[in-house]
Amino acid sequence: MSHGRLRFVTGFLAVPVALYLIYVIAPYAQAFYIALTDWRGVTASPGFVGLENFRRLFADDVFWTAVGHNLLLLILMPLLTVGIALFFAFLLNAGGRGGAAGVWGSKFYRVVFFFPQVLAVAVVAVLFQQVFRPDRSGMLNAPLIALGFEPVGFLSDTGVALWSILGVLVWQAVGFYVVLFSAGIASIPRDLFEAAAIDGAGGAQLFFRITLPLLWDTIQVGWVYLGIAALDVFAIVWVMTAEHGGPDHSTTVMAAEIYRTAFQYFKFGYASAMGVVLFFFTIGFAALALRLSRRERIEF
Amino acid sequence: MTQLSRRELLRSAVLAGIALPALSACATPAGNGGASQSAPAAGATSAANPLGFTEGKPLEIWIFDGGFGDAYAKDVHEALIKAKHPKLEIKHNATKEIAKTLQPRFAGGNPPEFINNSGADAMDFGALVQDGQLADLTPLFDAPSWDDPAVKVRDTIDPVAIELGSYDGTPYVLNYATTVWGIWYSKKLFDAEGWQPPKTWDEFLKLCETIKKAGKMAPFTYAGKHPFYIYETILTLAAKIGGKDVLKNIDNLEDGAWKAEPVKQAATAFAELGAKYLLQGTAGLDHIQTQTAHNKGQVAMLPCGSWLENEQKDTTPADFDYAMFPLPDFTSSDALPYGTVHARPGEEYVVPSKSGNPRAGMEYMRAMLSKEGAGKFMELVSTLTIVKGAGEGRTLKPGLKSSSDVLTAAGDNTVWFLFRKWYVEMHDEVAAATGQLMSGKLTVDQWTDRVQKKADSIKNDSSVKKFSR
Repeated sequence: MSHGRLRFVTGFLAVPVALYLIYVIAPYAQAFYIALTDWRGVTASPGFVGLENFRRLFADDVFWTAVGHNLLLLILMPLLTVGIALFFAFLLNAGGRGGAAGVWGSKFYRVVFFFPQVLAVAVVAVLFQQVFRPDRSGMLNAPLIALGFEPVGFLSDTGVALWSILGVLVWQAVGFYVVLFSAGIASIPRDLFEAAAIDGAGGAQLFFRITLPLLWDTIQVGWVYLGIAALDVFAIVWVMTAEHGGPDHSTTVMAAEIYRTAFQYFKFGYASAMGVVLFFFTIGFAALALRLSRRERIEF
Repeated sequence: MTQLSRRELLRSAVLAGIALPALSACATPAGNGGASQSAPAAGATSAANPLGFTEGKPLEIWIFDGGFGDAYAKDVHEALIKAKHPKLEIKHNATKEIAKTLQPRFAGGNPPEFINNSGADAMDFGALVQDGQLADLTPLFDAPSWDDPAVKVRDTIDPVAIELGSYDGTPYVLNYATTVWGIWYSKKLFDAEGWQPPKTWDEFLKLCETIKKAGKMAPFTYAGKHPFYIYETILTLAAKIGGKDVLKNIDNLEDGAWKAEPVKQAATAFAELGAKYLLQGTAGLDHIQTQTAHNKGQVAMLPCGSWLENEQKDTTPADFDYAMFPLPDFTSSDALPYGTVHARPGEEYVVPSKSGNPRAGMEYMRAMLSKEGAGKFMELVSTLTIVKGAGEGRTLKPGLKSSSDVLTAAGDNTVWFLFRKWYVEMHDEVAAATGQLMSGKLTVDQWTDRVQKKADSIKNDSSVKKFSR
């Protein structure tokens, strides 16, 4: 590399790297430091307490409940979202006769599926609060009550609430991955589908023998993104549920606990300790996901 | 995928995912060690300026833009102080997010002079006091009152307000608006149906049964999504059964305070009520939804504070005729007589000690505590205040009139609890557990165990400052 080119590259990189250092790396470093203090957010000289916050964190039932919920979402949300999105994407692109085109009306569905993605998360949360209402104004409960059943406490029954959250998360995410996978499927050469169809492959065979293997890279990316989204769930839980993660901590997640501890209990030191734990969970997940999903690339 | 692109993916994934905006936005505190000055030095005092604030420096005011709005500050209190001190520059601000807006100002060492620290995003008083951020309000209470220089401010207001705003004996917080809690009903409906506000618990249960049998509406509800509304009622009943010390012990985190017999009796009573007489779906409804159901005649009674009438003014039918009654006698041997209510001066105002002109903040409080300031506030936002006789000669709405009468009838038999302010964590746990108690998922014993366990853990948490009363 010539000297001039090095300078050219450095010149371009200096600003983004500086921004990155100031706005990403430095706050992280600070969070690691705050995690070792008993800072309550207002004092100018927080007391250093060493690993006390982490010791307390390991005995904190609510936090581990939250971790459990995050792990459940981490497994189920990508599984359901990718599964449904793949199914829809396949139908929209190669589900028609002979695999050459999508099912009838696919252009319309493609737009409709994307709608949830366009809505702000807070809007989705408020919308579903109404959908889940336990009285006659609730979209799901009104028919149940009319038929003489007891209304379901979608958000008020501790055994049901987390599943309602999962449902909303999947509902909101599917649209984007339908589009992502559609793009992936569209880049698979048509003649592969046609050749397979001529050889007598049915819809299921087309999907499992052609679409899925050739789409593996895209699915992998989607998987990592969804996994990180599952670890980061916050707004839906915070806005939609009673007691912000309730009832009785039945829907709480790590980010909600961090927010509550920092901005409602004003225990910034303890909240930072939680943040540090979440940091390692996320890094660990990303590394693990990429290791596990490593696979030979198929050339076409 | 090639080696390089996978790494890139890993890196971008990590960056995109784990950025926790909440924490990365809050920087480590900067500034000096922070010499705490809890009683700011006064300038020269005079008859016109008894608190000795500096006229040359501005007075920055932050009002919580919630149920009361901020018009009362602009139109009533700021107008009052402006008329008296035309040279004082007033900077009016209002926000719904007090902590988000002002917490960085504290950490940066330049807080404003006057804050209405209220709402869901209020700053933690305990943390502020612990760090010496609030000015001692003793000079204000000892200053001559706005209306009559011969009388001290202290003697024109409800003494409970000063007690409640004190932390370890030092008054730091001005509680201005008095809230009375009770069971609300439509007087018009009760008169039409021939129902009487119950005086004993048996009468209360019989009334619920009558309403249930009539089949027109559910007897009782509460804001299920915010179980504070029902644990407030349980604790008030507990105090009525066992005396004021029941709540005092709870506030002071005494060992076994939650396992006291009166607390168990009250919890049992309301858990039974919850099992039999609640509006369908109560657990999933919030305060507005239940209160609106009340206005629509779908439910007969609900527990709430005296802000209810103002909060519901847009959905209340014109002839609804709001009224409230105090909790009925549980047995004939209750420690406190019929009429005992949970009444508490609330709506907190503070003067940050490290602001530029703290004495101006106190002067503003002195204006608020004038008869004119309090009376107009009362009319404008429809609530009671701590200023004695502020409502004289002013016209009050039926609900406000009813709660005012209940408060007068209670006399000294008012009870309150402070752990909700002192230990927000405690409040959250009690709320969560009580929600489960009311929906039958916890027994009373499990409920007391859980709540007591939380109280014990807070007691043993060295990072949380403890308070006592």
